[in-house]
Amino acid sequence: MVEKDVTVKNRAGIHARPAGMIVTLANKFTSQIFIEKEDDKINAKSIMGLITLGVLCNTTIKLSAVGVDEVAAVEALAKLIDNRFEE
Amino acid sequence: MPKSFTVLDLLDLDLKDHNALNLTCKAGRKGLSKVITQPDINRPGLALSGFFDDFNPNRPQLFGNGETAYLRKLSEHSSWESIEEIFGRGIPCCIFTNSYLPEERFLHLAETHQVPVLLSDLNSSDFTVRIIRTLADVFAPQRTIHGVFVEVSGVGVLLLGDSGVGKSEAALELIERGHRLVCDDAVDIRCVSGNTLLGKPVNPTLGHHLEVRGIGIINVAQLFGVAAIQFQKEIEMIIELETWDQNKEYERLGTKDQSAAILGVSLPSMKIPVKPGRNIAILIETAVMNHRLKKMGFHSAQEFNQNVIQWLESENARTVYLRKTQENQFL
Repeated sequence: MVEKDVTVKNRAGIHARPAGMIVTLANKFTSQIFIEKEDDKINAKSIMGLITLGVLCNTTIKLSAVGVDEVAAVEALAKLIDNRFEE
Repeated sequence: MPKSFTVLDLLDLDLKDHNALNLTCKAGRKGLSKVITQPDINRPGLALSGFFDDFNPNRPQLFGNGETAYLRKLSEHSSWESIEEIFGRGIPCCIFTNSYLPEERFLHLAETHQVPVLLSDLNSSDFTVRIIRTLADVFAPQRTIHGVFVEVSGVGVLLLGDSGVGKSEAALELIERGHRLVCDDAVDIRCVSGNTLLGKPVNPTLGHHLEVRGIGIINVAQLFGVAAIQFQKEIEMIIELETWDQNKEYERLGTKDQSAAILGVSLPSMKIPVKPGRNIAILIETAVMNHRLKKMGFHSAQEFNQNVIQWLESENARTVYLRKTQENQFL
């Protein structure tokens, strides 16, 4: 299992569009990928779960993945979030 | 349980009708960030009279008729030591029922000690029942689970399975067939009174939406009407959807009941393999009906097995009988 903490920096937080981007990217990997905010842990491949997590600007979330491509998955997602979803 | 439940959270709870606590804050607003750590309340009668052994300062202090009458006595004699002592113990808040507004001096003391004073128009017994129920709910073990929660013929069914296996699509078809959606994707599960699991949307305002591949996010309440949604429901069974695996053995008879545990509560569960041509909604409906039959004491698979055994026995007896009569004829 690979884990990484990332801070969401885009102003609006994870709303529908960023959530869509995360889910699309997550679905390219076969690993199980999770996103954790405080006590809530959701599947990164599910868009409604991600939106209802309610991630605001400057919130730190924990990415984790289990599977064959876990390292690449976490790296790719962290990069997407770090780049502020290309906003 | 939430990370910390403050007095402000208690005031902010959106409780309706017979659950409403009708609380308003009259003094000590600075203390609204105080944390309530126990799902219980305390009647501070003994403490007011100066007896502090086993006094529990972690609970909200409830002032009913008896306590307020005693407070009036204390204020007549202007002896405020015990009240100062109560405030000094770090209690989260004082709650007065019957809308009783305490004396100025009391409010002033609360202000200096930064203890919120809350008023409710309910009587003490109603208020106690409601707040205990509310706090039990707040402090109940909680988990968020990835799945779709639907009500099928009155039974709460939690659909689990990997992302993309078709949970949302199955839910959509169930809604179309007159069943209800509780929530999609993230289900907030609470264990109440140790044996009941309640499921509801993590976020009530975003709850009744479904994400369907190819269509996007749809609002179920708007599309199918308010009859297609449900706000909270007891979870009674778990159905796990998984992609059909050629090499895997699936349940064929159903004589043995499977179960799975969430938050320590065991629930009947089953695995339904998904492949093109299998109508999952109808399978789920059938599974639920079968579950209801079982609860009524009729177990289809076991009943069938019993009948088979009985029939085989009677056939057996028949052949033995026939053989005997044949043998007799030849003698």
